[in-house]
Amino acid sequence: MAEAQNSPVGSTTAGAIAVAAESTVATRMSAPPSFAVTDFPVPHGREEEWRFTPLERLRGLHDGTAVATGEGVKVDVEAPEGVTVELVGREDARLGRAGTPVDRVAAQAYSAFEQAGVVTVPKETVLTEPIRIAVHGEGGVAFGHQVIELGAFAEAVVVIDHTGDAVLAANVDYLLGDGAKLTVVSVQDWDDKAVHVAQHNALIGRDASFKSVVVTFGGDVVRLHPRVTYAGPGGEAELLGVYFTDAGQHQEHRLLVDHNTPHCKSNVVYKGALQGDDAHAVWIGDVLIEAKAEGTDTYEMNRNLVLTDGARVDSVPNLEIETGEIVGAGHASATGRFDDEQLFYLMARGIPEHDARRLVVRGFFAELVQQIGVPDIEERLIARIEEELEASVA
Amino acid sequence: MATLEIRDLHVTVEADNATKEILKGVDLTVKQGETHAIMGPNGSGKSTLAYSLAGHPKYTITSGTVLLDGEDVLEMSVDERARAGLFLAMQYPVEVPGVSVSNFLRTSATAVRGEAPKLRTWVKEVREAMERLNMDPSFAERNVNEGFSGGEKKRHEILQLELLKPKVAILDETDSGLDVDALRIVSEGVNRVRETGEVGTLLITHYTRILRYIKPDHVHVFADGRIAESGGPELADKLENEGYEAYVKGGASA
Repeated sequence: MAEAQNSPVGSTTAGAIAVAAESTVATRMSAPPSFAVTDFPVPHGREEEWRFTPLERLRGLHDGTAVATGEGVKVDVEAPEGVTVELVGREDARLGRAGTPVDRVAAQAYSAFEQAGVVTVPKETVLTEPIRIAVHGEGGVAFGHQVIELGAFAEAVVVIDHTGDAVLAANVDYLLGDGAKLTVVSVQDWDDKAVHVAQHNALIGRDASFKSVVVTFGGDVVRLHPRVTYAGPGGEAELLGVYFTDAGQHQEHRLLVDHNTPHCKSNVVYKGALQGDDAHAVWIGDVLIEAKAEGTDTYEMNRNLVLTDGARVDSVPNLEIETGEIVGAGHASATGRFDDEQLFYLMARGIPEHDARRLVVRGFFAELVQQIGVPDIEERLIARIEEELEASVA
Repeated sequence: MATLEIRDLHVTVEADNATKEILKGVDLTVKQGETHAIMGPNGSGKSTLAYSLAGHPKYTITSGTVLLDGEDVLEMSVDERARAGLFLAMQYPVEVPGVSVSNFLRTSATAVRGEAPKLRTWVKEVREAMERLNMDPSFAERNVNEGFSGGEKKRHEILQLELLKPKVAILDETDSGLDVDALRIVSEGVNRVRETGEVGTLLITHYTRILRYIKPDHVHVFADGRIAESGGPELADKLENEGYEAYVKGGASA
């Protein structure tokens, strides 16, 4: 039924399977979910949800001192015919339906945005071209809200591309109608100084499938919180993530899959490579199987490849099971080093050092990249991984 | 004709904040087509010799020369040595997560041969080499050495030996940890390479058992960081009967 596998090799890898009457996932948070920033105390850094995050580098997003500037981010939406693209006011009923902010920065974003973007794919509309949302940082502070809604049986691929420099806090809502299929690729290809904190809420309709691909390369601090809940049985969620954490970068991915509905599936696979001093990757994988969620099938995995000394990984999978009537539940987390002995072995077979590193890193990511299913993103991702490696060798 | 010439090789290693000399003047010449067995007790420096020749960063060469066909091996990086024709079959091959055997073999063959092998002939070449070593085709899709049994690791080393066709092959305790069947398969692989006459073989071993399968031309007894005695195959028989005791005492008093 439930299986756990933990083979920590790196800095810290902890895991837990809890069978609890009361959700520890919920009680670990310092305040219940809320849209109002005032409902959250200013974090001091020792809270469970903030303990890995360098608050002093959030540029005031967590304590109210960050104020939106005129030149925050520029958002361009490119959508095929049949898709509705709107900017709406705060009162729009579609906002906040997919989920409620669970920490102070998400609530700050919800409390501070002026207009929200809403992209709608009407029911039974099957797009052949992706919707592309370019979020370009213009050097300022911004609070954002974006909704992507698919009607029943609609199918779409959405690519959200973050580039430039900004201090951005945002919530992104994905609303999937019954039988809808949505693939969302969120690329964090920020400049070195950017700070990006966001909560992604997916509400998956009956028999709908949601695939989220999170790709994080850039930024000073990136802290993403992808969350999934189900609106009806038969829903499927696949959450894939790739990150490449360089010297000085903090990249944090905190996932929650809330199996609140029977007969739903989830599969989480995040892989990261780290190199350089004070490169810090954090992965928190919370999966909650509620008492009523019989027939749940879930698996989550995090793998980290540490390429140099001085990098740190914190990987914490949590699986919380309130019913035994499930198909399967498991988690795995492992952190491995690419070490001098591996390098020696490959070089002793004639492979130059540079190629040896590339071989290992490409191999590490290859399987996951192939699962993305958006060819231009796959190519770009491989090219970016190569670039990161070039930079490290130079 | 390819020749590996080792002259007065001294090697140190850093351990517990102290520098320790492991090799204390090794002289050895290995010519193409020859097989030299280097036998010795634990701690005599046999493996240090193997890893020093391959260029492992842990070992510091303090004096001496190593020439391969007149080229200074000690000036070469680890990968350059391999491309120049040196091959080290390791006693403890390392796991390389995320890299499949097939990808690894092709990358390595491309590097050593100087060009990518033609895909069609390459696939056949690998498949046949694997069959000869009793390796299941699914082996190629596994990650390098990850979860391999002791016998699988050694077969994988010999597979590389067969594919990379070095000028000089150093086999570091390839026989250790193998049962008789695996030892036979691995030895047959080594013999196939030897029979080409193209390779000089340096067979490092603690036991005489493997010499029943791989017949050396020369046997050297290694003790206290140097070659203590050299002879023909009959020297191995002597070691079989008498063990290393004479050399260990000699080493200790020296």
